[in-house]
Amino acid sequence: MADYKQVVLNASGVNPLKCMRCGKCSGTCPSYDAMEYHPHQFVYMVEKGEIEKLMASKSIYTCLSCFACVERCPRDVEPAKLIEVVRLAVVRQQGRNHLKSEYVPERIDDDLPQQAIVSAFRKYTK
Amino acid sequence: MEGKVVAMTYSYFPGCTLKTKAKDLDRYARISAEALGFTLEELPDWQCCGGVYSMAKDEIATKLSSIRALAKARDLGQPLVTLCSACHNVIKQVNHDMQTDDNIVQKANNYLKLDTPYQGETQVLHYLEVLRDIVGFDNLKKQVTNPLKGKKIAAYYGCLLLRPGKVMQMDNPENPIILEDFIRAIGATPVLYPMRNECCGGYVTLDEKSVAQSRSNKVMTSAKENGADMVITACPLCLYNLQKNSGVSDLSVVYFTELLAEALGLK
Repeated sequence: MADYKQVVLNASGVNPLKCMRCGKCSGTCPSYDAMEYHPHQFVYMVEKGEIEKLMASKSIYTCLSCFACVERCPRDVEPAKLIEVVRLAVVRQQGRNHLKSEYVPERIDDDLPQQAIVSAFRKYTK
Repeated sequence: MEGKVVAMTYSYFPGCTLKTKAKDLDRYARISAEALGFTLEELPDWQCCGGVYSMAKDEIATKLSSIRALAKARDLGQPLVTLCSACHNVIKQVNHDMQTDDNIVQKANNYLKLDTPYQGETQVLHYLEVLRDIVGFDNLKKQVTNPLKGKKIAAYYGCLLLRPGKVMQMDNPENPIILEDFIRAIGATPVLYPMRNECCGGYVTLDEKSVAQSRSNKVMTSAKENGADMVITACPLCLYNLQKNSGVSDLSVVYFTELLAEALGLK
C-alpha cells in the first residue's frame, strides 16, 4: 500500500506539526456545515496518517478553494492544500473522477459562466 | 492632455468567460481604458487559465496555460492585465510559483522549450490596480462626466481577488479599500458589510448547489441589510451565484466596469 501520508505531505508542502489546534481554519470555513471532516481535522488526521478516511469522505469535494483558512491561519499551516492533495489522491486514480461529463448538461443553465465548468472539472477530475 | 495618463499599452488576458457569458465585463473595460488613456492589447493565442489555481506542488500541466500567457507578455515587454478575478488569481499564483518554486520552474521550462526560459519576470496587474496605481482614483474622478450620485453600492470582493494576501498583494485581504475607493471615484457611496470578502460558493454550484445557495444568500442578505442599492463584482461566477443562487432578487449585481463606463459617459 502506498504511503499516502508522505505523498500528501510532499505534494502539499504542508507541515501539520506547525498546527496549534486553535480551530480558526474551521471557524472561518464557509463550507463548514457541509463537511464531515473540517479543515482542522484534515490537519491532525493527515498527521496521524488517517489519509484513507479522508479520501473516502465527501468533505474533499465541498472545499470551495476560497483560501480563507490559508489566509487566516496564524501558523501558516494552509489546510486547503491538504484537502486539495487528498482529493487529487482520489481523482488521479483510474475511473475516480468525481464529476462525470455526462451529468454536466443537466446541471447547467443559460447563465452559468464557462468559468464554473472549467473550475469544476479541474477540481473534480483528471 | 490635462488629466490624462501617459499612453500605455498592456498585454491583456480576457479569459474564457469574458468572451461568452461576461462580455459586458470585457467590453466596458476596454472602452473605459481607451477613454482613460491606456490600451488593453489582447494576447495572441491565449488559452483558458483553468479557472482555479492548482495548489499541489506536483501539478505542472495545469499551470502551463498561465505560463504561456506570462511568457508571451514578457516577450512583448508589457505588464499582463487581467479582469476576471479567477484568471487574476490563477495567473498571479502561477507567476509566484515561477518566482519561488525551482521544481515547477524546471519542469515547466523543460516541457515548454521556450526560446527564453520563463522565471516569473512578468508583472501581473488586475484592471483595478491599473485604475488605482497608474491612472489614479483622483485622476479618474476628474474624468467622470456622469457621477453616480446617491447610489449606495456594496463592493463584493469574494475570495479570489484578495487571497492569499501574501501572493496577491492587491490590498489588505481582511479590510480592503480598493473597490470602495473606486466607488467614491465614480461619485457613488460605498456600503461596508461584513460578508464582502467571504466566498459566494464558487464552482461547487455544479456539485452541491445547496452550498452555493447558502453562501450567496449570506452575502446578498448582508449587503441588503446594510443598505446597498446595488452590488458590484469583478468575477463572472460570483455574479452568477449572487444573482441565481442567493434567493435575493431585489438587489442588482453588476460588473464594476459597467459602472465605470456609465460614469465616464460611455454607456
